[in-house]
Amino acid sequence: MATSTPTTPASTLARSRTRSSRHSRDLVITIIATTICILGMIVVLFPLAWMISTSLKTRAEVPKFPPIWIPAIPQWDNYRVALSPPNNFAVYFKNTMFYAVGAMLGELISSSLVAYGFARLRAPGKNTIFVLVLATMMLPGWVTLIPQYIMFSKVGWIDTFYPLIVPKFFGSAYLIFLLRQFYRSLPKDYEEAGLIDGANFLGIWWRIILPLSLPALGAVAIMSFMFHYSDFSGPLIYITSQTNWTMSLGLQQFRAPFGGTAFNLLMAASVTSILPPVVLFFLAQRYFIQGIVVSGVKG
Amino acid sequence: MAVQTAARPRERFSLIPKGKLARSEALWFWFFIMPWVIGFLVFTLYPIVASFYYSLTRYNISSDPVFIGFDNYVSLANDRVFWKSIQVTTYYTLLSVPTGIALGLLLAVLLNQKVPLLGVFRTIYYLPTLLAGSVAVAVLFSWIMNPTFGIINLSIRSLVGPDGFIPLGITGPRWLQDENWVMPSYAIMALWAFGGTMLIYLSALQGVPTALYEAAEIDGASRIQQFFNVTLPMISPVILFTFITGVIGAFQQFTAAYVIAGGSTLGTPNYASMFYNLYLFVNAFTRYRLGVASAQAWILLVIILLLTMLMFWVSRRYVHYESDEQGGI
Repeated sequence: MATSTPTTPASTLARSRTRSSRHSRDLVITIIATTICILGMIVVLFPLAWMISTSLKTRAEVPKFPPIWIPAIPQWDNYRVALSPPNNFAVYFKNTMFYAVGAMLGELISSSLVAYGFARLRAPGKNTIFVLVLATMMLPGWVTLIPQYIMFSKVGWIDTFYPLIVPKFFGSAYLIFLLRQFYRSLPKDYEEAGLIDGANFLGIWWRIILPLSLPALGAVAIMSFMFHYSDFSGPLIYITSQTNWTMSLGLQQFRAPFGGTAFNLLMAASVTSILPPVVLFFLAQRYFIQGIVVSGVKG
Repeated sequence: MAVQTAARPRERFSLIPKGKLARSEALWFWFFIMPWVIGFLVFTLYPIVASFYYSLTRYNISSDPVFIGFDNYVSLANDRVFWKSIQVTTYYTLLSVPTGIALGLLLAVLLNQKVPLLGVFRTIYYLPTLLAGSVAVAVLFSWIMNPTFGIINLSIRSLVGPDGFIPLGITGPRWLQDENWVMPSYAIMALWAFGGTMLIYLSALQGVPTALYEAAEIDGASRIQQFFNVTLPMISPVILFTFITGVIGAFQQFTAAYVIAGGSTLGTPNYASMFYNLYLFVNAFTRYRLGVASAQAWILLVIILLLTMLMFWVSRRYVHYESDEQGGI
């Protein structure tokens, strides 16, 4: 970018003056931006802080005015009460993990297989089929829900985890799309080398491509896990007996036995339910950010 | 979305190519995508077709479906609650999606101004997105928006209430229990999770070449002008993407509305929170009118399809794609 202004001493002086005024203006902008960002942070954290605060209160402290932010004696016992019978959140937690991990494994294995096919193998009609995959991404899940429900109830799968987990072993369009993007970025030489060494494509996928794509698999695994961990409509429709409830169902039903008043216990249960995602987030933040950014920009 | 087109010319199209190696590769391709093919046929294609068939029947799962033509669609057209559900959902979408985009964009631009502790802000802002759509968040908001004991109204009361810091006698609205406030309340809940959108914008902003800003500066463009003439056009495809996914997502709001209404009095108060999918659920799983619910599902499919097409049509006119203007500058 060559500017055509001649570099006379006067113009240099003028430029340095504007530069210093620009510098101070930049500083003002940074200060304003930071202030707004801090305010935003307070607003964002406000509900979560209140949630934790409520979870540590006695029942008498909950409706107090003016509001109490720090309980006189933190009631850690609320958590024990929420987790043990009759509230049973420990059981719901176990069920939720079973569902989330099972569904995640199913989606991960099947989607990486399918994505490999679309990304790295040549076949006539491939792109037409891939457009179909993309089209199903737009499809609202509620459109297929009723026939699926009828189907699963006919095979007697209501109140089991089968309707929630088995379909996941047939790939998720979204994960297929994301993994395909990643696989396409790998050099083509791997297949050639593998084929020369006498491996077939399944072996190449398993021994070469999968180990190379662990970061991408990690990102989509987290997305899949998070989705199923907090899924509500699936368990709501298919799970009926209380011993099979997930945390979503437990939380939703929690309000009834306490008449909507034991908000301290309800919040203790809520905090328990959001703790695993939050911990996972802080441990694997890079993968989360990667997942959301890739899905946004490449879409 | 670059879907590459087949490069080699072919005399006759066939799913199994001629050469030995090419044939083997094509067979392997079908092997790899087989899970998706089976899943597509069993869990997507068949249900879509079956759903249309069920929408033409009277069906309550315990007895066989009875074909009744388009009666379900006619009865929906005369159903006050059905129209209310469309109206309510549209209102929610209009309230929540544009504000979410504006907020996400604003914070992304601010964070892009060499703000210190960027990583901390990014993490904190993303936290709600992590939890959005979960029952825990729905429960949490129904608690903080509780008219009497919720922290929002308690704060309003202690600041400007009759016995507050500045006694103006102002009391907070009844939020989720007030017919007029219920949708803004849901929109606020959705807005809380703006962090995901913000992250997408932030990475898009960082992808805008600095040379463009330098050029604009030489031309004497102010910061505001730079934003509207450089930043906005450059990231407009990303904005469109978040808009489409936002609208499709907002149109399928279900969890919060189900949880907050408490399961028994769905759509309360006075159907003002009867989201489209909530009413679909009511017809399918509390009234077991599976035919009517299937008709609703099909109408939803058509609505989403039309919305997507409309948005792509709009985008062709207003969205700037870099590749279209190669060599333009």
